[in-house]
Amino acid sequence: MSTATPSATDMPEYHVIETPHHDGEEHPHETGTMLGFWIYLMSDCLIFGVLFAVYAVVGQNYAAGPSPADLFEIDMILLSTFMLLFSSITYGFAVINMQQRNTAMFYLWMVVTLGFGLAFLGLEVKEFTHLWHIGATPSTSAFLSAFFTLVGTHGLHVTFGSIWLVVLLIQVGLHGLTAENQRRVMCLSLFWHFLDLIWIGVFSFVYLAGVLQ
Amino acid sequence: MATDLTHLPAVHTDVHPIFGKLTWQSIPIHEPVLVGTFIGVAIIASVVLYLLTKYKWWGYLWSEWFTSIDHKKIGIMYMVLGFIMFVRGFADALLMRSQQALASMGYEGYLIPHHYDQIFSAHGVIMIFFAAMPFVTGFMNYVMPLQIGARDVAFPFLNNLSFWLTVSGAVLVMISLFVGEFSTNGWLAYPPLSGLEYSPSVGMDYYLWALNIAGIGTTLSGINLVVTIVKMRCPGMTWMRMPIFTWTTLCTNILIVASFPVLAATLALITADRYIGTQFFNTELGGNPMMYVNLIWIWGHPEVYILILPIFGIFSEVVSTYSGKRLFGYTSMVYATCVIMVLSYLVWLHHFFTMGAGASVNSFFGITTMIISIPTGAKLFNWLFTMYKGRIRFELPMMWTIAFMLTFTIGGMTGVLLAVPPADYVLHNSLFLVAHFHNVIIGGVVFGVFAGVTHWFPKAFGFKLDPYWGHLSFWGWIIGFYLAFMPLYLLGLMGVTRRLSQFEDTIYAAYFITAAIGALFIAGGIASFFIQLYVSIRDRDSERLRDDTGDPWDGRTLEWSTSSPPPYYNFAFTPRVHGIDTYAEMKRHGYQRPTDGFAPIHMPRYTASGVVIAGLLTVMGFGLIWHIWWMAAFGFVTAILWAIGHTFNYNRDYYVPAEEVRAIETARGPRMEPAE
Amino acid sequence: MSTRRSRILSVSALVISASLLSGCDLLLLNPSGDVAAQQGELIIYSTILMLIVILPVLALTVFFAWKYRESNREARYEPDWDHSISLEIVVWSLPLAIIICLGGLTWVATHRLNPYDEVRRIAPGVPVDETVKPLTIQVVALDWKWLFIYPEQNIAMVNEVAAITDRPVEFKLTSSTVMNSFYIPSLAGMIYTMPGMETEMNAVMNEDGVYEGFASNYSGLGYNWMRFTFHSTDEAGFDEWVEKVRSEGATLDRDAFVALDQPSMKHPVTPYGTVEDGLWTRILNQCVDDQSLCLNDMMMVDALGGGGLEGIYNREIYRGLCTAENPHALIEILRPQDAHREAALLSAIGGTPPMPPVSTAKPQTSTGPEGQ
Repeated sequence: MSTATPSATDMPEYHVIETPHHDGEEHPHETGTMLGFWIYLMSDCLIFGVLFAVYAVVGQNYAAGPSPADLFEIDMILLSTFMLLFSSITYGFAVINMQQRNTAMFYLWMVVTLGFGLAFLGLEVKEFTHLWHIGATPSTSAFLSAFFTLVGTHGLHVTFGSIWLVVLLIQVGLHGLTAENQRRVMCLSLFWHFLDLIWIGVFSFVYLAGVLQ
Repeated sequence: MATDLTHLPAVHTDVHPIFGKLTWQSIPIHEPVLVGTFIGVAIIASVVLYLLTKYKWWGYLWSEWFTSIDHKKIGIMYMVLGFIMFVRGFADALLMRSQQALASMGYEGYLIPHHYDQIFSAHGVIMIFFAAMPFVTGFMNYVMPLQIGARDVAFPFLNNLSFWLTVSGAVLVMISLFVGEFSTNGWLAYPPLSGLEYSPSVGMDYYLWALNIAGIGTTLSGINLVVTIVKMRCPGMTWMRMPIFTWTTLCTNILIVASFPVLAATLALITADRYIGTQFFNTELGGNPMMYVNLIWIWGHPEVYILILPIFGIFSEVVSTYSGKRLFGYTSMVYATCVIMVLSYLVWLHHFFTMGAGASVNSFFGITTMIISIPTGAKLFNWLFTMYKGRIRFELPMMWTIAFMLTFTIGGMTGVLLAVPPADYVLHNSLFLVAHFHNVIIGGVVFGVFAGVTHWFPKAFGFKLDPYWGHLSFWGWIIGFYLAFMPLYLLGLMGVTRRLSQFEDTIYAAYFITAAIGALFIAGGIASFFIQLYVSIRDRDSERLRDDTGDPWDGRTLEWSTSSPPPYYNFAFTPRVHGIDTYAEMKRHGYQRPTDGFAPIHMPRYTASGVVIAGLLTVMGFGLIWHIWWMAAFGFVTAILWAIGHTFNYNRDYYVPAEEVRAIETARGPRMEPAE
Repeated sequence: MSTRRSRILSVSALVISASLLSGCDLLLLNPSGDVAAQQGELIIYSTILMLIVILPVLALTVFFAWKYRESNREARYEPDWDHSISLEIVVWSLPLAIIICLGGLTWVATHRLNPYDEVRRIAPGVPVDETVKPLTIQVVALDWKWLFIYPEQNIAMVNEVAAITDRPVEFKLTSSTVMNSFYIPSLAGMIYTMPGMETEMNAVMNEDGVYEGFASNYSGLGYNWMRFTFHSTDEAGFDEWVEKVRSEGATLDRDAFVALDQPSMKHPVTPYGTVEDGLWTRILNQCVDDQSLCLNDMMMVDALGGGGLEGIYNREIYRGLCTAENPHALIEILRPQDAHREAALLSAIGGTPPMPPVSTAKPQTSTGPEGQ
C-alpha cells in the first residue's frame, strides 16, 4: 500500500498502486455484509414498529369481544418467552465455540438453539390453534387482527430463522467454519438476537400489559 | 350511459381449484380500447421477438445483461425499464387528457368511468413506482459507484435481484391490462374503498402484489447502495469529499430503507384485510381507516424526496460541469440535503389536512412543510451562484437545468401554498393539486432524468446524443408542460376536482382542450427523444457524436476519469482522492491513465438466480391475485428453495488476470487531453 | 436563434394565458361565503409573500444564464470561486424570513378558520349575532349521493340543501360508505366524511343564490355524479323550502334509509317530510339495519374491558346498552364484581351513556397513528 498523503512532487498520487497480495481494501464485501445486515435489521425493525403502532392504535378495540384478559394464558407465554431467551444464550455459546474453532460444540449448541426455537414455535402454534378453536380469529376484532399479525409476523421470522439455521448447519458441514460461513453464523446470530429483542417488546406490551389491565 | 351498475365485470365468489378466479370472462375482449392496445402491443412484441431471434440476441441478452451483476448494466436496464413503463404511463395520460377534453365539450367520450378509474390509478402507480423509481435507481446504480471509485456495489447479486423484483412488479401491472383489470382506487388506494366490500375485483390485488414485490426490490437496493457508499469509497474520499450526487444518493437510500418497510407493512395490513379477513380498516369491528391514511403517507411523503433528491444531485453535477466552475456552497448543499431527508418524515399529515385534525396539529404540519422549502430554496440559490461568474455552455443538460430552475420554483411555490391548511381546504383534491405535483415531478424529476441521460449517455456508450433531436424534445416538453398544466392550475382555482371523467357543463372546455394540446406537445417531445436515440445510435461513429476521451463535457468527478464505456471493472487502478472535484484537479495536474503496472482485479461472477427468483415470485403473485393457490404455493416454495440453493454456491468471484486488464486498457488508449 | 425562438414563445404564452384568464371565473378567489372568501384571500396573500423571493430567483436565473453564457468573454470567470459566507447567510436567511412570516400567518389563519369552531363573523366587520343559533345540518355521504338531515326541522333531503343567507350553518358530517369529501367551493373549504366518524364544518353564506356542491374525494364508480345544489335564501324563502319538503316528502325511517343506502348514480332530488327519531345517531354508529351492534355500544363495552368470549357469538346482548340510558345493566353483565363502584367506573371511562360516537376525528384529539 502506498501512503495517502500527496507526494512532494508536483502531481499527487491519484491511484492506489496495487500489489498482488492485498487484503484490506480489495475485500470490501467482507466488512460490508455485517453493515448491510444491520441496516436490513433496522428496516425489519420498522416493519415491527408499524405493527406495534397499529397494535397501540386498535389494540383495545375488542369489538365487544374478548380482551387480552380473556384470552392470554400468561404462564404458557412466559414458558415460550424463556424458550426464546434460552435459545439466544445457547446461540451465544455456539458463537463462542465457533471463535474457539470448536466445531463439535458449535454444532451441539446450534442444535440446542434450534430445539429451543422449535419449542417456541410449537407453543405459539398451540396458542394460535387454541384461540382459533374458541373462535378468537383474526377477523373477530381489530384487536385480534393486530395481535395475530404482530405475533404471527414474529413467528414467521423465527420460522425462517430456523430454516436458515438448518441450511447453515449443512453448509458448515460441507465447508467447515470458513470465513464466509463464520460471517453467515454472525448474521444469523444478529437476526436471532434481534427476534429475541422484538419478542421482549411483544411480551411486555402485548401479553403483560394485556393481562395486567 | 354508464350510470347503471350492470355493465361491471362479474365478481366471482367461487374459486376453481385449478384456475382460481380466472375465467374466459377475465379477458377483456369486449373493451375495444383494450383490444386495440393488445393488438398494438402484440405486434410490437412479435417484431421485437422476431428480431431477437433472427439476430440470435437471446443468448447475448441472457448472458451479458439479464444475469449480469455489473452495476453499470443493471443501471442501464433500470433506465430501459423506466422508459418502457414511462411510455405506458404516458399513454394513460393521453387517454385521460383526451377523455377530459371530450367530456368538457359535452361529449360522453370513449372511456366509461370504470375504465377511466383504472387508467388514472395505473398512471399514478406506473409513473411513480415503475418509471420515476427505476429512473432514479438507474442513475444511482450507474453513476454512484463510478463517482466513489468503486468497482461494483457492495452486494452485486442483490443488485441484480432488486432489479428483477422491480421488473416483476411491472410485469404484473402490465398483465393486468389484458388479464382481468387494474385497481380503480387511485395510486394510494385508501380503504374502505380498497377493501374487499367496495373493491371485490382482482384489480386491487394486482396493485397490492405488484407493489409488494417491487417494494422488496427497492428496499434491498436501498440497503445495497447505502453500504456501498459507507464502505466502498476509494482511499482519500472522506464524507465531505464525496460528489454531491453521491451525497444525494446516500440520503435517498437512507430514506428508502427507512420508509419502504412502512409501505410493506401497510400494504401487508390491507392485503391481510382482503385475503384473511382481518379488521384493520373496518370500523364496524374496531378498525380505523384513518390509520391507513396516516401510515401510507408516512411512507408516501419521504417517497417524494426519494424521487427528487437524486435529481437535485444530477442538477448539481450538471450546473457545476457546464458552468466550468466548482459548485457554490458544497457544504451547505450537503447540509440542505440532510435537512430535507430528516424533515421529510415530519410533514406527512399535510396530505390530509381536511381529515379533521385540529388547528394546532394542522398548523404544525403546515409549518414543518414550509420549513422544507428553506433548504430547498438554499439549494436553488446555490445553483444560481454556481452559474454566477461561470462560463456557461448551453449543452442540453444545462438547458434542462435552467428549465428546471424556472419551472420547479413555481411548483415549489404552489406547494408551499398548499401547505397553508386553510388554503388547502379549498385546493385539496382539486386540479390545482394535480398541477402542483406534476409541476414538481415533471419540472423536477422528468427534466432531471433527461438532463442526466444526456449528461451520462456518452459515459455509458461512448458517443453523445444527437443535439438536434434533443432540442426538439426539450422544446416539446417545455411548451407541452406549460400548456398542459397551467390550465389545470386555473381549473383548480375554479373549483374543479381531480379524477373526474364527465362534466356537467362546457365552461371548462377551453382549458381542457389546451391541456390536451399540451399533452400532444409532450408526446412530440417523447417521440423526439426516441428518434434522438435512434439517430444517435445510427451516427454513433460520426465525428460529431463519437467520444474517445471518456470525458466529453470536461467533467469534474471520478466517473469521467475512466474510458467510455467504462471497462467492467470500472478502474484499472483504484483511484485516490485529495479533494472535491477530483477529476478537475487531476486534469489540472496533467494526469494520464497509467499504462503499466496492472494487477489482477477481484470481480464477482454473473448469476441467473436473480432472474429466476424474481420470475418465480411473479408466478406467485399471479397465483395470489387470481386465488390460484397451488400456483402461489409453487412460486413461493420454489423461489425460497432456489434462494437457498443459491447460498450453496461459494464460487462467486474470480480474479481478472493482469494480462487481461492490460489488454483492455491498451485497447482503450491513454486518456486524451480535454479541449480547453 | 434560440433567443428569438424563446421570444416568440413567451409572446404566444402571454396571448394564450390572457385569453384563458379573460373568460374564466376563478371561483375560489371570488366566492360568496365569508369563510371561503377568507381562504381565498389567504391564497392571494401567501402567493404575494412568496413572490418576494420567487421573482428575484426567476429573474436572477435568467439574468445569470444570459450574462455568464460561454460566448460572453466580457463576463468575469472565476472557476474556483465556490464560497462566500455573506452570500450563504443571505441564501439561508431569505427563505427563512419568508417562512417565518408565512408560518405566523398560517398559525393564525388555521386557528381562525378552524372548521370545527363556530364562525365568529358573518362578513368583514360584522360579528355574529349571539342570540342566533347556527342552523344545524347533518350530512351523510352515500354511494353516490348526499343526504341532508335537518334535526331542528325534522326533515331530510337528498342531493339538495338549503340554508339562510347570513346565518351561520353548522354541518355535522359522516359517511355510510367509503371516505368522501364534502365541498361547496362558494361556501367554505372541504372536509372529509368517514364511516363511523363525525366531522364538522362551520360556515356562512353571504349571498342568495344556488351554488354547486359535490364530493371532492374519489369514491368509486359514481363519483362523477355525486353532486348536489346548495340554496341560500332569506328566512322566508328557507321556511318556504322547508314547508315544501315537509309536504312533498315521505318518511325517512330506518327501512327507507336502508333502501336509499343502495348504490345509485345521478340520484334525483328526494324530499323526506319527517325523519325517524335517532336515525342520525344510528347512521353515525353504523347500526341502521339492526344487524350490527352500534359503535357507541361497542365502544362502551370495549371501554369496560371488552365483551368476553361471549361477545364473539353473542354480540346482541350488548345492543342498546348505551343508548338505553341505563349503564347499570352494562356493568351488571360485564363487570358484576365491580357493581359496587359503578359510578367511579363510569366516570373513569369518560362519563355516563349515551357516549359520543367514535370521536377520533375531533379536533381535541392529537393526530398521527398513536392519536388516531
